[in-house]
Amino acid sequence: MFATKSVADDLATAPLKGRSLWADARARFFHNRAAVTGLIVLIAVACFAIMGPFIAPWNNEDIDWNVLGNVQTGGRPSLETGHWFGTDALGRDLFARTVQGTQISLLVGIVGALISVIVGTLYGAVAGYFGGRIDNVMMRVVDVLMSIPYMFVLILLLVVFGRSLFMLFVGIGLVSWLDMARIARGQTLTLKGKAYIEAARATGVRPFTIILRHIIPNLLGVVIVYATLLVPSMIIYESFISFLGLGVQEPLTSWGALINDGAAEMTNGTLWMLTWPLLFFVITLFGFFFVGDGLRDALDPKDR
Amino acid sequence: MSFYILKRLLVAIPVLLFLIVFTFVLMYAAPGSPFASERGIPPAVLANLQAQYGLDQPFHIQIWRYLVALVTEFDFGPSFIYRDQDVNSLIAQGFPVTLTYGFWSFVVAVLVGGALGILAAVRHNTWLDYLAVGVSIGAQVLPNFVLAPILVLTFTLWLGWLPGGGWQGGQWQFVVLPVIALSTSYMASIARIARASMLEVLTSNYIRTARAKGLPARRVILRHALKPALLPVISYLGPAFVGMITGSVVIDIYFSTGGIGQFFVASALNRDYGVMMGITILLGALTILFNLLVDVLYAWIDPKIRY
Amino acid sequence: MTKFRILATTALLTQTAFAPAWAAETHPVTGEPLAADQTFEYRLLDQFPSIDPQLIEETVGGHLARQLFEGLLTQNADGTLRPGVAEEWSSEDNQTWTFKLREDARWSNGDPVTAQDFVFAWQRAADPATASEYAWYVELSQITNASAVTSGEADPSELGVRAIDDRTLEVSLARPLPYFPQMTVHYTFMPTHPPTVEAHGAAWTNPANIVSNGAYVLEDMAVNEFVRLVQNPEYWGAEDVIITEITGYVINDANQALNRFQAGEFDMMDDLPAGSYPRLEEEMPDVAHSVPRLCSYYYTVNQTETGHEALQDPRVRTALSYMINRDVITDQVLKAGQAPAYSFTHWATADFELPEIDYALWSQEERMEKAKALMEEAGYGPDNPIELDLIYNTSENHKQIATVVSQMWRPLGVTTKLSNYEWQSYLEIRGNQNFDIARSAWCGDYNEASTFLDLLTTRNANNDGKYSNEKVDQLMLDSVTMSDPQPTYAEVEKILAEDMAVLPIYHYTQNFVLDPTIRNWPTENVENNWYVRDIYRVATD
Repeated sequence: MFATKSVADDLATAPLKGRSLWADARARFFHNRAAVTGLIVLIAVACFAIMGPFIAPWNNEDIDWNVLGNVQTGGRPSLETGHWFGTDALGRDLFARTVQGTQISLLVGIVGALISVIVGTLYGAVAGYFGGRIDNVMMRVVDVLMSIPYMFVLILLLVVFGRSLFMLFVGIGLVSWLDMARIARGQTLTLKGKAYIEAARATGVRPFTIILRHIIPNLLGVVIVYATLLVPSMIIYESFISFLGLGVQEPLTSWGALINDGAAEMTNGTLWMLTWPLLFFVITLFGFFFVGDGLRDALDPKDR
Repeated sequence: MSFYILKRLLVAIPVLLFLIVFTFVLMYAAPGSPFASERGIPPAVLANLQAQYGLDQPFHIQIWRYLVALVTEFDFGPSFIYRDQDVNSLIAQGFPVTLTYGFWSFVVAVLVGGALGILAAVRHNTWLDYLAVGVSIGAQVLPNFVLAPILVLTFTLWLGWLPGGGWQGGQWQFVVLPVIALSTSYMASIARIARASMLEVLTSNYIRTARAKGLPARRVILRHALKPALLPVISYLGPAFVGMITGSVVIDIYFSTGGIGQFFVASALNRDYGVMMGITILLGALTILFNLLVDVLYAWIDPKIRY
Repeated sequence: MTKFRILATTALLTQTAFAPAWAAETHPVTGEPLAADQTFEYRLLDQFPSIDPQLIEETVGGHLARQLFEGLLTQNADGTLRPGVAEEWSSEDNQTWTFKLREDARWSNGDPVTAQDFVFAWQRAADPATASEYAWYVELSQITNASAVTSGEADPSELGVRAIDDRTLEVSLARPLPYFPQMTVHYTFMPTHPPTVEAHGAAWTNPANIVSNGAYVLEDMAVNEFVRLVQNPEYWGAEDVIITEITGYVINDANQALNRFQAGEFDMMDDLPAGSYPRLEEEMPDVAHSVPRLCSYYYTVNQTETGHEALQDPRVRTALSYMINRDVITDQVLKAGQAPAYSFTHWATADFELPEIDYALWSQEERMEKAKALMEEAGYGPDNPIELDLIYNTSENHKQIATVVSQMWRPLGVTTKLSNYEWQSYLEIRGNQNFDIARSAWCGDYNEASTFLDLLTTRNANNDGKYSNEKVDQLMLDSVTMSDPQPTYAEVEKILAEDMAVLPIYHYTQNFVLDPTIRNWPTENVENNWYVRDIYRVATD
């Protein structure tokens, strides 16, 4: 599921850059046209999610009784009715629902990435810094968790404990940090030998202070790149869960749920129910991929 | 090397044990029972049902019995829902199906994806490159539960070329659409990875040297660049494999292929503890085995890696 | 030599004519030209958990059982009784029933079907050792000692059913039951072949082992993929059976199934995708059908302590019911000919006369006005809002109705939290009263109003809202021995409407698409019991 694993492996062995390179990296990033386009798209989608509720004439749960029952004609996207994106099969405004679905999907993506960044980075840094037996045990645990068919475990979790956003986060949180831990560990191993770390250790700075003050800041570049590429995985992940009908509860929705509903209506002459959410889904994933690739190229100035 | 493989296989045992206990605990904690029925079941009948499946025993006895049967007889026990069947026979029916279309999807994804990626890299910055990149990103983000109905609408309903589902023992007509639906996004990922790594290899010093020496481009690419460029692709095979197993759920639901993905979802929803456990364990074991296989393959190709 | 050859040819001809090669023939009764290919293919919504008649507990397996096995009685196309294995049946007092079995009934291995086979099957259904989830059906039929047997207190042999001789079955009931013969149509009461069950245990239903007595036998199956049945040459009525082969394909996804139906992959499917019916009816009027189906869709209201306290007040329940605009649900959401429901019993139930229920006749505006007044009287309203937990099991239709209803309740100051659960969890939550409102449906087990109304008596196990009214209990008890219970049923319905025991929403229709070359489909059977042995495929020109 994690389409980015090879990237992760790349990053685990990639040479590190000092902080002084941030400015260079920024310049390189903004020279990359695809990456900049991706960034603009992402900003636009984020604005859509944040501002949408304020400009939508309808909210996401109200049924337009005039439309219910003749969605094929009355529910078409139209400026007059205020249903800019049309309505769903029940006459609920698709614009409002897409806005709200965008919020959920982005939230899932970002929370998943955040869990991965926080847990994975700390875990990997600790394992890498202490090394030896601690490292060995900690990484074996990661190996163990990685061989669990986690999508199936997540399905079990959602079925067993009932579907909820919280459970979805737990399920995603359980697995998303594993790759990150590996990357962070690999990077920490190379950092450990650096003079300034040696110096800190010699002056008696406590290990956790070293990890937090000196190691983690230096991992940031790699971590950010990987996290950017992790967000789309999480979004795809959520859409799959929604396909199985195990996503968020009505009246809340998500891109996955909207796309799935729209796909079910594909032959009923209401194609807008599929195209709008799918459009947002696709451009956002494109955006994250481009930005992720751009960041990687920017932070790793090997000429390609 | 063989010592390494042995060690990995030994590590797999506690992993599987952990997985079994974890799943068992989850099921134990789950609300809902496989025997819940809309019409009330007489208590004596329910008690008998429970006894028949050993659910009247305390937790530790249940799991112990399960493990003993599994280890000594390789018996996954009975299905709680399909009362005319046991889990072994269900897996024996469903697994070959999943394996068949999974295998072909894998082959298609690797061959087509790899070729596309390498071609794009070799023709860097030409229309072919742009086309390959565009197509592969598009294919990667299109969810297979959207792709599957589009395929059926096109090839079954509109053109009438292929059946819209079923398996019929795996005749080729029934395999084509599932394989396309399952492999597309992995093919795209592989194409992207192969392109990126090929580009990197092509700009590396030794390839430049080889080219400077005047070796023909085809020979440089096939002889020197291909192998190192494929390394990242190989490390992606593990996750791709796991993803395909997950994706089989969508395939089974849409194409009614009768593979184990469908069994798993149905068993989770129906609380068919037996089938649920059986498939989780099977997939866990497969994942471990496949990851090991990938690592061995990686080591074999990349001489830098020593175990 | 020539003579010999002619003889041989005639023999061959007779044989082929007997084995139904209907090619280029006409239907014996109607004279319609029959298609050469007499196979029938249909879609199964789900893999059937079992086709053992005593273990079946859902419709997919039930439909197969009706092709594979034949009970004492079966049904005509309009749902009226028709002799099956039993040729005659009679009772003096509606309490002791005697069934005379036909002589030529055979199992697919050639053994005769005897009264002992029925005794075996019925005892098996009730025996707790069989652990049948449908053991309750034996109890429902009132056979003597049924409850004692299912609860393990009596030996299965004490069940009130015995074989007087090979061809005579006598059933004694604990109380008179005029509709007992109707109940024998059900799959739980179909016979099973004792030597086969005893020899193979749970695996007796495998295609290799199974012995059945219906018009078809199980040929082949793959779990979650398909099941194939072929004609049973031993069946006593085999000569009249026209369809030679039945194939069912398991297709979970309704849209996908519909696509494949439209591509011509099979002949029949029901459980159409939500909201697709109007389009199908418009595009293919001779293919899409909507016929009454004996099920009622309603919302159960939890009237126990665990539910919202307001729901114990009949005024609040009535207000909630008034606010539901049934016409919107049937005409704008479901759109497939369903009837708005104001009574619990389905309107098409045999002999049932729908009582006049006041609010059924009002306009929606009147209802809404009254609802607001009632709510206010009860002390609730927008200034004292109620929050209700509405549960439903995962399904597109249930989701849509729940969403629409929750919007309809909003003007009353009622906010609704929707929770959907998978079937098994949902049953447990509903059974334990962990809800305020629960989507529910009830399908008649036989075609008589008591199959619905019994549910709302105090001690009924399926009365999940725990509605209780002594008068209803008494009336239902009295109705059993009445020669004409229909006025009593009407009275019960009136009380239910006054108390608003449940919130009826709509009465089902069976919506399906059927290839127009398939003829004689039983569209008038409200129990949705179809027998492939009666249908046939006509030739297209």
